[in-house]
Amino acid sequence: MTSAIAPLVQLGRPDRTPKKMVSLTIDGHGLEVPEGTTILGACASLDIEIPTLCYLETLRPVNVCRLCVVEVEGARVLAPACSRLVEPDMTVHTASPRVRHSRKLVLELLASSVDLSTTAGMTELLESYDCRPERYGPPAPPAANRDAAIPGHHAAPDPAFAATVAQPVKIDNELYVRDYTKCVLCYKCVEACGPDHQNTFAIAVAGRGFDARISTELAVPLPDSACVYCGNCIAVCPTGALMAKDEHDLRAAGSWDPSSQQVTDTICPYCGVGCTLTLHVQDGDIVKATSPLENSITLGNLCVKGRFGWRFVQNRSAPRA
Amino acid sequence: MDLKLLDAEPTLEEREAVDAAIGAPTSAWDGGERGTHRDAHTALGGASVRNRRHELVPALQSLQARVGWISEGGLGYVCERLGVPPADAWGVATFYALLATTPRPRRVLHVCSDIACARKAHGVELALEASVGPPISGAPSGDSIILGDDEAAWMHSPCLGMCDMAPAALLTVAGETPVERLCGNITPDRASGLLARRRVRSTSADILYVEQRLATTTPYATVPDSSASAPIPQLGDPSLVLLKRVGVVDPTSLESYRAAGGFEALQRALEMGAEAVVAEVSASKLVGRGGAAFPTGRKWEAVRTQPAQPHYLVCNADESEPGTFKDRLLMTHDPFAIVESMTIASFAAGCSRAYLYVRAEYPLAYERIANAIARCRDAGVFPSGFDIELRRGAGAYICGEETALFESIEGKRGEPRSKPPFPVNSGLFGKPTVVNNVETLANVIPILLMGGTEYAKIGTAGSTGTRLFCLSGAVRKPGVYEVPCGTSLRSLLELAEVREMSALLLGGAAGNFLRPDEIDVELSMEGARAANATLGSGVVLAFDEQTDLHHVVRRIAGFFRDESCGQCVPCRVGTVRQEESLHRLAHGRPIGGVAGELALLEEVGVAMRDASICGLGQTAYAAVESAIKRLRLYEGMA
Repeated sequence: MTSAIAPLVQLGRPDRTPKKMVSLTIDGHGLEVPEGTTILGACASLDIEIPTLCYLETLRPVNVCRLCVVEVEGARVLAPACSRLVEPDMTVHTASPRVRHSRKLVLELLASSVDLSTTAGMTELLESYDCRPERYGPPAPPAANRDAAIPGHHAAPDPAFAATVAQPVKIDNELYVRDYTKCVLCYKCVEACGPDHQNTFAIAVAGRGFDARISTELAVPLPDSACVYCGNCIAVCPTGALMAKDEHDLRAAGSWDPSSQQVTDTICPYCGVGCTLTLHVQDGDIVKATSPLENSITLGNLCVKGRFGWRFVQNRSAPRA
Repeated sequence: MDLKLLDAEPTLEEREAVDAAIGAPTSAWDGGERGTHRDAHTALGGASVRNRRHELVPALQSLQARVGWISEGGLGYVCERLGVPPADAWGVATFYALLATTPRPRRVLHVCSDIACARKAHGVELALEASVGPPISGAPSGDSIILGDDEAAWMHSPCLGMCDMAPAALLTVAGETPVERLCGNITPDRASGLLARRRVRSTSADILYVEQRLATTTPYATVPDSSASAPIPQLGDPSLVLLKRVGVVDPTSLESYRAAGGFEALQRALEMGAEAVVAEVSASKLVGRGGAAFPTGRKWEAVRTQPAQPHYLVCNADESEPGTFKDRLLMTHDPFAIVESMTIASFAAGCSRAYLYVRAEYPLAYERIANAIARCRDAGVFPSGFDIELRRGAGAYICGEETALFESIEGKRGEPRSKPPFPVNSGLFGKPTVVNNVETLANVIPILLMGGTEYAKIGTAGSTGTRLFCLSGAVRKPGVYEVPCGTSLRSLLELAEVREMSALLLGGAAGNFLRPDEIDVELSMEGARAANATLGSGVVLAFDEQTDLHHVVRRIAGFFRDESCGQCVPCRVGTVRQEESLHRLAHGRPIGGVAGELALLEEVGVAMRDASICGLGQTAYAAVESAIKRLRLYEGMA
């Protein structure tokens, strides 16, 4: 999307070129890190935890969620830790009142407009920043068709409600569902589908402002789009807006139970690439297939077969003659 | 790239429109006829097609101008021609307000409903509602809508930059010869007439002001503007520096411009050499007039010394700040000066190519600049190897943000980039780029003619030169005024013969409200800062006693909600929450009482200012905050 600030990390291919060291101060601790490190990376070396939502180490940072903002002394506004590179003698504060205020507001603004119920770690995060999303008013009922919004125009706000992105779930194929009521617009799926991984470009951000949304061309159903069902968008979605249909159905039935799932790494049997496949098994059934993010071959990606083509394993009906 | 293209076929009209913008296809590889021997044995796709991505917006604009909206067939053809994935192109098309992605009548009147026009346009809106129905505000319902050629529609528009001639409207008529007319001083009768294609005869008493562009294909045909009065109130004032040619020199004639001393500064620059030009501009202490006030000389020097090539210059003429119309005036009445300034700046910073990005709402300014560029090119005014390309916006305030503007030229959604890297290091197409506002560039000619140190004597020590201010609202003589930096706001208002006023907006929607007793502020960077205000884009909009300031504040909040690009959370959701809060106050149902609601506004505002990516979100609370704290607008509310 934008010119990258930090280079896309090539996992498994460590950069061994010698780097100049940069010294800086984070929360009072002095440290030295190689030139080209992000503030987030520098914080990690101090075990300072910075919350992120749109950041993923296998994607180019788009720095849009603004959850990772930190205060850089001398700067007029806060800086996104995920993409801002360290500079010599930089002094960074990661937990100042200004930082905590903006993070709290970002979380509240999201929680008051988006369904974050399936976002991992969100409950704890909202609690730790003392968020009260209900203070913006009762959430507005689902809109019939957010895809029809036109840029630069919006209806006058209803004083009774706080606007939300709530809308009907999009179920238009057998493999995955798109529940954009849960979409925080982190751009990860667009990046994974597009230039960072898959190069399929089936989805993009459409519309503008609060009406911005992830969309196929003309908002057509996925089967009519360029989608190849690799599911790599599901793999990077932080909120569960994109979900395999199996998981979605199990959740709807109330029987999705990650704590009881057995997780096993194996090698995908389909082709000679030999991607590492992580099978998630619940009650003897494979309920999900993923690939480790840190795997140097897949970077968490799979193809349609690896991601969805294991149903034959469970087909217990008698083989046909 | 292996693209899955759309199934729908373009109509002949759509094909022609796209071909007119980006040329006819040369092979089956980019959407042409299949089957030639050459096509079967050569791969012509790939990078050579993808490098044309920057032609995406012009292609979509051409479809819009010809057909009135972008259909599936039209979009598909553009994607095929330029190798752009349909979803990607859809994302771009749905970003810009002047591109329609659902069926829309060919004849559309965009009625300004922004701060300066709102109250005056009310009668016009009522009349249109009675004659043609409610405005377009979303996609038409129903699956297939067939539009007759006679159909017309109207819609609300953000500020059209005609605040001195409120109320304003922009008429767009799609067709083989598309028409764009920017009209000021419109009346209910005339607005209905414009839409109904009823000819309304001009009379001598007629104060309608029209700026019109006839067709995209005739860059030399210019239509004289029909303004009866002088373009500027200060016409004939010998102290004018930036406006001295406005209304005096024929804006369509290169000879007239040359006779008035035109191109002397360029000649001098070429003799001095790039380094000396930058030194003069640095000595003048000129700072950017677009709002950020960055020293121009330092910007040029930073690009001049960049090893990466090529360097670009971008003239930001996407003037869209509500209440601002100075760049329109300069481009319409002194276009050759803008072209000359751009040439000088490009020479100084070593830019081989310059872009001028003008907002789509200024048809005559576009026409005049296009004419000036063409004539300069023909007359050999440009140094060898240098050229200027003219680009039009497509209805997005955010594209006035410099990096969003780059994205837009590159054929993408106008989403601002994270800075650093700054444009001087990595700007347009990732190359070192000088980006200057129209007014900033206009200063370059007087600087070179009088010398940097001499220029620096104008104004104050901290703010040199003169500045343009856009006066509108409760003043008897609205218009663009030029005064030396440091002039008091009071004397500027007296110049424009201000009437009784209840408040004043300084700097635009991203600026601040001032009380009538605060007008002794000095109009300089340091003076504004001392008064905790900003000069912004030079907006001075006075409100009379009858203006409902609450409505104005809500309109500003609605403007930011409409114009936010939607990229970052604080701005995307914050602008919505801000507007909701103001509406709850208006409806007398604040959450947690008025004090609670104001505290909530402050919390959201601070987060928008601190955590947004760009200036839009960072200033989206400024005017609202000043209405609360300076005007004390919500004090005494139950």
